[in-house]
Amino acid sequence: MTIGYVARRIGIFFLIVITAVTLNFFIPRLRSTNPIQSRMNQLAAQGGVYENQIQELIKIYNQKFGFDQPLWRQYLNYWRDLINLDLGVSVAFYPQTARDMIARSAPWTIGLLIVSTLIAFVLGTLLGALMAWPRTSRIATALSPLFMTLSAIPYYLVGMLFIYLIAMRWRLLPVGGAYTAGVNLTLSWPMALDIGRHAILPAASIVLSSIGSWGLGMRAMMTSTLGEDYLHMAEAKGLKPKTIFFDYALRNALLPQVTSLAISLAMVMSGAVLVEVIFGYPGVGNLLFKAIAGNDYFVIQGISLFIILSIGVVLLALDLLYPLIDPRIKYRQG
Amino acid sequence: MMAKNEGRFVGALGRYRLLIAGATLVTLVTLFGLVGQLFVPIEMSEVGAGRPAKPPSAEHWLGTDQQGRDVLADLIYGTPTSLEIGVIAGVFGVTIGALVGLIAGYAGGFIDEVIKIIVDILLTIPSLMILIIVASMLGAVSVEAMALIIAALAWMLPARAVRAQVLTIRERMYVQVARFNGASNLRIILGELLPNLLPYLAANLVGAISGGILASVGLSTLGLGPMTRPSLGLTFYWAITYGALIRQMWWWFLPPIVIIVVLFLGLFMMSQGLDRIANPRLQSKA
Repeated sequence: MTIGYVARRIGIFFLIVITAVTLNFFIPRLRSTNPIQSRMNQLAAQGGVYENQIQELIKIYNQKFGFDQPLWRQYLNYWRDLINLDLGVSVAFYPQTARDMIARSAPWTIGLLIVSTLIAFVLGTLLGALMAWPRTSRIATALSPLFMTLSAIPYYLVGMLFIYLIAMRWRLLPVGGAYTAGVNLTLSWPMALDIGRHAILPAASIVLSSIGSWGLGMRAMMTSTLGEDYLHMAEAKGLKPKTIFFDYALRNALLPQVTSLAISLAMVMSGAVLVEVIFGYPGVGNLLFKAIAGNDYFVIQGISLFIILSIGVVLLALDLLYPLIDPRIKYRQG
Repeated sequence: MMAKNEGRFVGALGRYRLLIAGATLVTLVTLFGLVGQLFVPIEMSEVGAGRPAKPPSAEHWLGTDQQGRDVLADLIYGTPTSLEIGVIAGVFGVTIGALVGLIAGYAGGFIDEVIKIIVDILLTIPSLMILIIVASMLGAVSVEAMALIIAALAWMLPARAVRAQVLTIRERMYVQVARFNGASNLRIILGELLPNLLPYLAANLVGAISGGILASVGLSTLGLGPMTRPSLGLTFYWAITYGALIRQMWWWFLPPIVIIVVLFLGLFMMSQGLDRIANPRLQSKA
């Protein structure tokens, strides 16, 4: 791993950050009218928020937007606030800040995503490898069309079917939420079990509908690996098929899969947003849905920034780890 | 095993089997909307067309939703909307992507490097997030506006695929010959590169349409799509908002799921089928 490679990857990470922040800054300003003012008036008309609170909010927002200042000044202020982790306040849940709301829901999303992505990655990769393997069992060949079909369906639709059948019809698992309502969150085994039970269906909908795409990628990699000379050599040496499969073929075909993990992360994230909405899972996706419904402008912006930045961080980590896993590749240019 | 059977029994048709099967499914979904509109008046898809929240009956084959829309009519008028957004977004996205990819692959050097970095960065940013910011800022968007917004974020994958193809085709003998014969760059691109790219472009177009539909349905499900015209996503939005799942109103949310499954399965099979035609090597091995 050369310094040039690391510098390049870190450079790309910062470019992602700058792009995301700049888009977040400019898109709302493409409108000629002040979006906040009109939303506030809307809100006032609906009632529920006190007059003096609205005035206070408008003041905060105007300060934040700084419409009286030149554009470059507003842009710099935007960056300054971001660096101070100041994402603004919620309109719907004033005086809560967007940062606190995101911080409270983020762990749920991160947990759900890590678990389901890892399971899908392992199962899908194994399935794909088995599909390309000539001496594979009937079960793998029979299962693959099923997972291919599932991969064509958006995650949240699988989730809806799960809710309808498993949670509502058969009452096997909870319908939604991350834990039984009304329970205080404590660190105990029953609580962990409860959280686990609530996570099964959302996680399963992500896993089931993403196994197929992992499988497809792995099958292609495995097919090209099977043509390699060292596999014929291993076979000629009389190694057990199991050893050849796991230690020779699978291991070598696996590495590029890590790269596709990075690429599909953005897609998995987008899919998970809707899964959370369907299950009422208290993560950032659900928060986003509520924020959209309540025109909660700063929360929407804060969440999208948070998601883009987290993906950037994970990508950077994967990029930096990848050469360590695969010593064959020397990086000079990506 | 499958490849062997295909070779023996279906012969040349086997190459196109997946494509044909996929196209059939997509056609079915399209016809459902187009033909259905001849029989069901649009008023049936409006609020209060029937008594609310009733299960299927002779009068309303798929029942009614919480606000009294006829679910069947809602789907008949909503499916084409989602298809329309996907097709517009896909066509624009692939056209832009093909242009960018051609320029990057053909020009090479500095231009290529810059385009590559831009594509890489935009690919890592979940476009749904940008779409959400744009859509939530614009308020109520029209069908066309939504399609164009999605298209603006759908060109990166085609651009990357086309660029990779151009890089390999560029060095082939027939292109070199054309160049030695003094053909202009434009002529090489249009006459030599583009025809060879067509299968890839077709596969990319199907992928982009599928992605466009996925994005539009997702946005509408979040309540960020056009609210005045029925669409599949809007049906999900109302179903979620009114708790159709908890109330077990299966006639409301199951039919749109079935339509989407058939549609995405068809598009997926089409793109896999086109892929096989574009890369014949894949077929013998897979």
